[in-house]
Amino acid sequence: MTNVLEVRNLSKSFGGVQAVKDVHFDLKEGEFLALIGPNGAGKTTCFNMLNGYLKPNAGSVSLRGQALIGHPPRKIWRMGVGRTFQITATFLSMTVVENVQMALISHHRRVYDLFSRATRLYVDEAMALLELVSMQDQAGRACSELAYGDLKRLELAIALAHEPALLLMDEPTAGMAPSERLALMALTAEIVAKGGVSVVFTEHDMDVVFAHAHRILVLNRGELIAEGTGSEIRTNPLVQEVYLGGGSVFEAESAHA
Amino acid sequence: MGFYFAQLLTGLANASSLFLIASGLSIIFGVTRIVNFAHGSFYMVGAYIAYTLVSLWSGSIFGFWVSVLLAAMVVGMIGLVIELTILRRIYHAPELFQLVATFGVVLIFQDATLAIWGAEDLLGPRAPGLNSAVRIMGEPIPEYDLALIAIGPVVLLAIWLLFHKTRWGVLVRAATQDREMVGALGVNQAWLFSAAFVLGSFLAGLGGALQIPREAVSLQMDLSIIGEAFVVVVIGGMGSVSGAFVAAVLISVLNAFAILIFPQISIVLPFVIMAIVLIFRPHGLFGKPGSEKGAPEEPDQPLALMDQKSAMVLMAALLVLAISPVFTADFTTVLMVDVMVATLFAVSLHFMMGVGGMVSFGHAAYFGVGAYGAAMAVKFLGFGMIPAMIFGPVCAVLAALFFGWFCVRLSGVYLAMLTLAAAQILWGVTFQWQEFTGGDDGILGVWPAKWASADKVYFYIAFVFCIGGIWALRRAAFSPFGYILRGIRDSQTRAEAIGIDTRFHQWMGFVLAGGFAGLAGVVFAFSKGSVFPDTLGIALSIDGLIMVLLGGIHALAGPILGAGAFVLIEDWVTRLDYWRFIFGAIILIVVLLAPDGIAGGIQRLLRGLKGGRA
Amino acid sequence: MNLIRRTVLGALAAMPLTGLTTGISLAQDTIVLGEVNSYTRLPAFTEPYKKGWQLAVEQINAAGGIDGKQLEVISRDDTGDPATAIRIAEELVSKDGAVLIFGTFLSNIGLAVSDFAKQKEVLFLASEPLSDAIVWSKGNKYTYRLRPSTHMQAAMLAEQAAKLDAVKWATVAPNYAYGQDAVKAFKAELTKLRPDVEFVEEQWPPVFKIDAGSTVRALEAAKPDAIYNVTFGGDLAKFVREGSLRFLFEDRDVASLLTGEPEYLDPLGAEAPTGWIVTGYPSTDIETDEHKAFADAYMEKFGEAPKTGSIVGYNSILAIAAALEKAGSTDTDALLTAMEGLIVESSPTGPFTFRAADHQSTMGAYVGKTGMVDGKPSMVDWAYADGADYLPSEDDAAALRPTE
Ligand SMILES: Nc1ncnc2c1ncn2[C@@H]1O[C@H](COP(=O)(O)OP(=O)(O)OP(=O)(O)O)[C@@H](O)[C@H]1O
Ligand SMILES: [Mg+2]
Repeated sequence: MTNVLEVRNLSKSFGGVQAVKDVHFDLKEGEFLALIGPNGAGKTTCFNMLNGYLKPNAGSVSLRGQALIGHPPRKIWRMGVGRTFQITATFLSMTVVENVQMALISHHRRVYDLFSRATRLYVDEAMALLELVSMQDQAGRACSELAYGDLKRLELAIALAHEPALLLMDEPTAGMAPSERLALMALTAEIVAKGGVSVVFTEHDMDVVFAHAHRILVLNRGELIAEGTGSEIRTNPLVQEVYLGGGSVFEAESAHA
Repeated sequence: MGFYFAQLLTGLANASSLFLIASGLSIIFGVTRIVNFAHGSFYMVGAYIAYTLVSLWSGSIFGFWVSVLLAAMVVGMIGLVIELTILRRIYHAPELFQLVATFGVVLIFQDATLAIWGAEDLLGPRAPGLNSAVRIMGEPIPEYDLALIAIGPVVLLAIWLLFHKTRWGVLVRAATQDREMVGALGVNQAWLFSAAFVLGSFLAGLGGALQIPREAVSLQMDLSIIGEAFVVVVIGGMGSVSGAFVAAVLISVLNAFAILIFPQISIVLPFVIMAIVLIFRPHGLFGKPGSEKGAPEEPDQPLALMDQKSAMVLMAALLVLAISPVFTADFTTVLMVDVMVATLFAVSLHFMMGVGGMVSFGHAAYFGVGAYGAAMAVKFLGFGMIPAMIFGPVCAVLAALFFGWFCVRLSGVYLAMLTLAAAQILWGVTFQWQEFTGGDDGILGVWPAKWASADKVYFYIAFVFCIGGIWALRRAAFSPFGYILRGIRDSQTRAEAIGIDTRFHQWMGFVLAGGFAGLAGVVFAFSKGSVFPDTLGIALSIDGLIMVLLGGIHALAGPILGAGAFVLIEDWVTRLDYWRFIFGAIILIVVLLAPDGIAGGIQRLLRGLKGGRA
Repeated sequence: MNLIRRTVLGALAAMPLTGLTTGISLAQDTIVLGEVNSYTRLPAFTEPYKKGWQLAVEQINAAGGIDGKQLEVISRDDTGDPATAIRIAEELVSKDGAVLIFGTFLSNIGLAVSDFAKQKEVLFLASEPLSDAIVWSKGNKYTYRLRPSTHMQAAMLAEQAAKLDAVKWATVAPNYAYGQDAVKAFKAELTKLRPDVEFVEEQWPPVFKIDAGSTVRALEAAKPDAIYNVTFGGDLAKFVREGSLRFLFEDRDVASLLTGEPEYLDPLGAEAPTGWIVTGYPSTDIETDEHKAFADAYMEKFGEAPKTGSIVGYNSILAIAAALEKAGSTDTDALLTAMEGLIVESSPTGPFTFRAADHQSTMGAYVGKTGMVDGKPSMVDWAYADGADYLPSEDDAAALRPTE
């Protein structure tokens, strides 16, 4: 299998804080990769460098051989990288379906169209995407009225609009009920299984991670400290040390899994 | 050497005056996020009260300083009353809406001051004990200037101590940096806001009172200081008091030296400095990122198209407007042209502010450039009316392309102030460049072509351009371009993440709004027959802002309602004595009844009526 | 939202209907005069002016009016905005049935209304604006101007200034058309009389925003023999105060435009400079019968001494009355013919004419020095300067006007 993404020596510091240090990993075609780590480990910072919100101090990223670093987020999006945010970012003054339509309008390069009615464009495609995340019933609701979990699902639909090769999901299930979490990740796994898209996601809920991730990377204080499958990570002493007292947590969770 | 040192001292004395008023403005904005237009009025009233008190105590040193402090305290109390009765009720209104209320206060104060103290300038006594000059390095320096040079830093120090050594001050600073957090800490926000407003008003009053020994107290004091005060606050960084001090020194000292070399520069100097500072430091010298944002607010409702029934009613209404010249008098037709021009102007500003989320304090620039473009095309290029009417908006578009490029790099109040700087610089050039623009004598003889010169014929030309323009902007608001523009306003992050070039998109939004403002300007120019620098002036920009905010920024109908109400009420009310007081009172009533603007108020009213019937 | 839109647009559309009911309803026995001025923007100058014309209207009506018809003035506030002034002028003419328009203070509003008058073919008497452009470079057939213009008053001062020894002059003027015209005219006239003078410094503070300390110092630095001042109002007070604190006026002659007018001189109180050469209006000291009668009636009615605005307002109505009488009609063409060379035989300031060539009246101003009388600032050693002596010849003036 070929690598979709190759990350090399990625580093970023904010003033004195080394948020990400020498991060190095590959992502294979069709892989579903989890990036975990305690709060402040540098996960979001990594994502922000991957899709252009932050400029790294050093390192390189290539997507199917194309260098990503140095391009603004919008270019990286066009190269096929979708993104959901830890703190959801949606267009609150629009309806759910309009949010998805915006992504489609951009994808079809109609953003400078001054005469069409925006709400009449790509309705079917948008509804299909909403259906994918089971949001079709809420299509007409104002985005500002949605529950947090629904916003996360909406973000997923938006992120899938341009059929990305790579999807970056920052804590996609935060704010959801446990059952919803597993459902959403099962859905994501299904999408991955269908092919065409590879996913990197961050997550604090280990149930979710162990249930679906093909492979797990562990980040601590900006450095990758472990990499492997669920069971490898669970038994890794370094990881257990980082997740203080986490050993037992892992044990308990593994019982579920 | 002595000469330059003395010039420096003169600049520093001015800086102190400017700092006092700007510091209060900065504190009020920092804590409450109110853009307080009434700050100049507080300054003026402080001066008037101090004048009265100082005259009572004539000649006593003690009496002078007590009067100054008393005047400042009275102004602080006036500030408290305004805060409690008006502003407190509208903190949750949409961003910047409070500005409308303070505008109403300005109008009321203008007439109240006129009624109480009369029209004539009042020259108070010099400061007892500080009424002559001392020689420093051979140059005469007024003693009072030296006193002012000391007072500025003393006040700065006092504010610093207040902010760092008292619990209240610490809370104020916390509120300036992070409003939600203070709310979360369970601090009584209302009390904090009142106190900040009182402190700000007190400082404005103090600034005014301390001017007594320097200048005659006059009814122009309010508006002549407010622009510069804002500039100082913005250069310093919104909410930063020490920033305001540095900025005041920067502006005043530069001005003191600049007029030695280029005396005409005073007219635009503060705005030029502000523009340069903002281009290189988008949050002013000491402002923090985030300091430009207004109070958090509820998101807009999604846009909805009209249903068929309302569309029919709208068509009928337009039809009535279209045939109105047949059965109305000429002057009504002329008034209707003014209403249509104001409406197109307001709709274009709303496109930028409401749809695009880019607040402009200088939208008149593009209106004026449109008007001047057409007028000059007629005068210098011999264009006919219709070609000139096309040429004008093209000029406005070019101006918006140029200034917009800089403006969209900023956000919030800083963006608004850069638009103001752009407008003021354009105004200054127009005002100054007599050979080319006619200076403030303007350009005359821009009347419609012979065939269109009858009021009624011109009405139809205006109708086509203005209603056409409003329709086009509405269409644009519903188009992908407009939706994406709204999206950028909602979440720049999300917009970038779906492939939008947000800056370029906003730039184009700016240009589109500017172009249509230019169209309004062109229709205006031919309806009045002459253009003057006022068409680019702050007053018109503010009028536009009031129309949009008063109408309701969250509704597409808002600017239409706001412009119609504004022009018609003003036309009616200026027939009365003390009309500014009445107009101000009307604005306050509307503001209190409809904190979401006229559109929101009517909507609630209708919902109430329906609910009542059901 | 739809409902709002519907209601509002309905209301908007209904608006022009109001025009239906208010047709021109003119009583046969009144003549309506339309008047606009910046009452709220500049009350200190326009309030006395309003009182002046009110007094004249009252007197004329009490004496039986014009040909048995009473004068009625419909007066409106232009809010200081030329565009508003034009809308009001339109309404005055087309709705209120005004036979002519008079008034305005600010030059740009005067110019805007004069251009409107030309377009709508109605007579406009610009009472107060000083701009030379109103009668010269932008003059037109329909516009006349009463008050002595910038050029005339500057020439009056230049005549006095030429008698001084001073050779090196500095100027300070507000940075807009009025200030620029005033400096240009003074320079031209003074140089004509005294080719040896030189102008060593110019200061251009923004109007009503003078940075007086710095301006004074800049003037001082040039070490002029004399200063020509055009600032007025609040700027003047600041300039005087900062200037005297810094000894700017010590051993220096000052020629100052308009500073002798009570509007500008009175507020200076005890700090008013003395010995400045000024144009103005010594309202309580003019002893002619006509002026005494006027001043007494004014004191009687308003309880205060008349100001420059008062006399301008009063003379405006006298001029209009004379024109109406001479024309014997309210028809614009007849009025225009009457205005050409119209002589106002008797006014508080003496007789004056409206020159046919350039439509400028020859009403003059008083030139003298500032002084303190009984602790109050006043004009001393003054004399009336007849405007006719300070205008270019009618031929020269006609050449300054655009060809129509
Ligand atoms: N813009 C910034 N400026 C300064 N420091 C930052 C910035 N963004 C992140 N940091 C710091 O970088 C470090 C990594 O933050 P990051 O948000 O990447 O962590 P994370 O792994 O996503 O944590 P969480 O699980 O809480 O989301 C933290 O110490 C954070 O405080
Ligand atoms: Mg994170």
